[in-house]
Amino acid sequence: MSKLDSKIPAGPLKDKWKNHKDHMNLVAPNNRDKIDIIVVGTGLAGGSAAATLAEQGYNVKAFCYQDSPRRAHSIAAQGGINAAKNYQGDGDSTYRLFYDTIKGGDYRAREANVYRLAEVSANIIDQCVAQGVPFGREYGGQLDNRSFGGVQVKRTFYAKGQTGQQLLLGAYSAMSRQIGKGRIKMYNRHEMMELVIVDGKARGIIARNLVTGELERHSAHAVVIASGGYGNVYFLSTNAMGSNVSAAWKIHKKGAYFANPCYVQIHPTCIPVHGTQQSKLTLMSESLRNSGRIWVPKKLEDAVAIREGKLRPENIKEEDRDYYLERRYPAFGNLVPRDVASRAAKERCDAGFGIENNDTKEGVYLDFSTEIMKKGKEAAIERHIHNPTEQQIYDLGKNWVEEKYGNLFQMYEKITADDPYKTPMKIYPAVHYTMGGVWVDYNLQSTIPGCFVIGEANFSDHGANRLGASALMQGLADGYFVLPYTIADYLSADIRTGAIPTNSAPFEQAEKEIKEKVDFFINNKGTHSVDHFHKKLGHIMWNKVGMGRTPEGLEEAIREIEEVRNDFWKNVRVPGDKEGMNTELEKAFRVADFLELGQLMAIDALKRNESCGGHFREDHSTPDGEAERDDVNYKYVAAWEYQGKDINQEVMHKEELIYENIEVKTRSYK
Amino acid sequence: MSSKKGLHLTLKIWRQKNNKSKGQFETYKISDVSTDSSFLEMLDILNENLINDGKEPVAFDHDCREGICGMCSLYINGRAHGPDTGITTCQLHMRTFKDGETIVIEPWRSAAFPVIKDLIVDRSAFDRVMAAGGFVSVNTSGNTLDANAIPVPKEDADKAMDAAACIGCGACVASCKNGSAMLFVGAKISQFALLPQGRIEAKRRVLNMVKAMDEEGFGNCSNTGACEVECPKGISLDNIARMNREYMAAFIDKG
Ligand SMILES: Cc1cc2nc3c(=O)[nH]c(=O)nc-3n(C[C@H](O)[C@H](O)[C@H](O)COP(=O)(O)OP(=O)(O)OC[C@H]3O[C@@H](n4cnc5c(N)ncnc54)[C@H](O)[C@@H]3O)c2cc1C
Ligand code: SF4
Ligand code: FES
Repeated sequence: MSKLDSKIPAGPLKDKWKNHKDHMNLVAPNNRDKIDIIVVGTGLAGGSAAATLAEQGYNVKAFCYQDSPRRAHSIAAQGGINAAKNYQGDGDSTYRLFYDTIKGGDYRAREANVYRLAEVSANIIDQCVAQGVPFGREYGGQLDNRSFGGVQVKRTFYAKGQTGQQLLLGAYSAMSRQIGKGRIKMYNRHEMMELVIVDGKARGIIARNLVTGELERHSAHAVVIASGGYGNVYFLSTNAMGSNVSAAWKIHKKGAYFANPCYVQIHPTCIPVHGTQQSKLTLMSESLRNSGRIWVPKKLEDAVAIREGKLRPENIKEEDRDYYLERRYPAFGNLVPRDVASRAAKERCDAGFGIENNDTKEGVYLDFSTEIMKKGKEAAIERHIHNPTEQQIYDLGKNWVEEKYGNLFQMYEKITADDPYKTPMKIYPAVHYTMGGVWVDYNLQSTIPGCFVIGEANFSDHGANRLGASALMQGLADGYFVLPYTIADYLSADIRTGAIPTNSAPFEQAEKEIKEKVDFFINNKGTHSVDHFHKKLGHIMWNKVGMGRTPEGLEEAIREIEEVRNDFWKNVRVPGDKEGMNTELEKAFRVADFLELGQLMAIDALKRNESCGGHFREDHSTPDGEAERDDVNYKYVAAWEYQGKDINQEVMHKEELIYENIEVKTRSYK
Repeated sequence: MSSKKGLHLTLKIWRQKNNKSKGQFETYKISDVSTDSSFLEMLDILNENLINDGKEPVAFDHDCREGICGMCSLYINGRAHGPDTGITTCQLHMRTFKDGETIVIEPWRSAAFPVIKDLIVDRSAFDRVMAAGGFVSVNTSGNTLDANAIPVPKEDADKAMDAAACIGCGACVASCKNGSAMLFVGAKISQFALLPQGRIEAKRRVLNMVKAMDEEGFGNCSNTGACEVECPKGISLDNIARMNREYMAAFIDKG
């Protein structure tokens, strides 16, 4: 029997959330301090949730593996956050944001959720501005906006190239206020190791104090997982090094369904891989596509000469450049959505036009020269400079670009030692964001009662593909404005329960299992480091469960991942002790989970015989290389149920996606 | 890039089992480090070698590896975040070093940042200073004014953003001979002092944060400016001056 009840409220789309709020149960203010809530993760989702729940009067215990909530991975988001404010008067509205998000997600998201997201988006900006988030402003003192891929309005709010940082610091400061009041108890450098279920409900976690190595039992009336995405399954990605799937995977193994694991977003504008010693890929914000033009040489011999260092990109004449996005997608040009832009880059590189001198010859140019001259001319007119010289125009244009993207250009230069004002940036797609995650209903509750999942950790509102600047929006919407209502509905039954004891059998059992695993890792006299296995897994994932997928490749991947996993449990070596800090032990637990998840991703990708969004099956493409969706057979969410050690045995449940308010169309950006 | 040759280096690294034990320098050799690698990738290679030799890897803090989370630290050849300005350790690349060089690597050293293990220190004092007042007291319900109802002059917004860019890394404290946290605290005070939203409780904020800062054992500022030089985010000394003005005003008002 399937437990998949999405609990979408009845009624017209635009009234669903309001009606739902009007009819949910509440916990009275005087009862809230009788209730404990655990929040795992303090990124935008967890941080905003913890602050809001504490503000409302619940006792909150928040956990993160870093030394401070301010370091959660949300801090790295560069480009911006969407909101349907229509401040620019260019026709934006709740409906249009909803429509763009559903279409951008290739019609694989829930209508009701996405509409709610669009509806509360405007509120997020109000909230953050009130908290002192220094968004970019125009000279009149009003908020400024920019545009992102996949949309034709300017609805993205930004704080230089550090939007995620500023939003997170906003949530962190709201948390700090509650920590100071003693309403949030913050557990830094603590990792959730296991979920504890008592009488069928999530009632606590086992956490490991990463400084002392001690295992701790923490109980609560509800557990919120906000542990972020799982892109690091690929080893190389734009995610922080510690980003992991463990908290989400642990609850999966305890009964929470894992949805659409194969939906991974590959971001088109990252700095290409430099070599085998690399640990991490760096993103160049998508906002750069507002001003940069993407191209590769038109002639194969030019591409070869560039790779061999015999030709500079500046010396390739305009007519010998292939601005392939503008050529293929005239309506959106360089601003097509990420999945489209990524695949187009791969197509050119596969055809031999890549410009980077690395092992794989993968890389394309992101060129700012046109924009520098255009903005330079505009600035010259504005300043009444008649007959400006080329140099003057260039300098003025450079100033403009510097003001807008200076920190990104500097970051690029530090990494590559190339000056992107003079020579075009080299970019290539990289694993970035995961649309899949723990399945949740409209209330953000997983299939385990009392266990809620928010932010990137849930399967989210993005469908098969996420448009830029919508992850920050979703994280904060979940944390500030959705979960605090829906969790109250659940908790209203718990006001007489009293504190949950931690000496019950389920706590004992969960702690014992973790202890045994710790002992196994420390005592296993293996031959290879944890990273050795992680890199192997990543290699399989990128080559066979990456940008282009085939049934044969996926079948191989499933077998190969299983082999790596078996090898890992025989031959992994974890030096050091179980007491005190042991960073290798931390990694071992995380990689153990990645090895299982990776296999499920390949299984999910094999099962989905269509192309959509971040999932591109080469055997399901049109003659001109575009994705071919199959709405008749695959318009569903695939939610996987754990069945024990053998990942091949997981059972898939389907949640059919019903579109009542939007016509499902072929997604075209031509 | 394939033409570039690998570096051979000698590393002197501070090893310390935990907060209670005494630490000492250990010397390691490492070879074939690509000049395109980051400093932390170089340490990854060292650790991989150590593990393969059956030894314990060197513990160091890091997460984003793109200069924004503020988690990485390290004193390298006597400088916070190493021999380059305006960057964090994860942004430091090996092309900065020469073949055959000896590199000395230590943890942040400051009374307020006790060592946890090897190169990792405890910076939670910063969190406690923040909890003392580093926020605008607004309810998180979203029932606030429309964002454009609070206009902010662009110059002020830009300046506030410059101050808000602090990543809480602690390089300022580590590079200060007094172990002062004034640049960090000054940056936060400035951000809110420059914005209308933060003004209402400005006095309370500065008094509480400065008090918390003193209680955490951070030293006093004697205007040597080492913090500004080593700050990876270019947080300027102006922020300390602004904090002092705010503090004086609040103090006089209170007195
Ligand atoms: C480089 C980069 C740029 C981006 N730019 C943008 C952008 O411009 N706009 C946009 O909308 N989105 C952007 N994104 C995506 C967006 O930043 C993320 O999707 C979002 O911030 C995720 O937030 P989160 O709160 O769900 O998770 P995170 O911020 O990843 O937080 C996860 C939290 O969980 C904790 N945690 C994890 N596991 C455990 C465990 N087992 N125990 C305890 N704690 C745990 C961590 O400590 C952390 O606190 C970007 C992403 C990257 C990588
Ligand atoms: S002021 Fe600069 S050095 Fe000090 S914590 Fe902030 S970013 Fe780091
Ligand atoms: S690892 Fe995040 S700033 Fe260096």
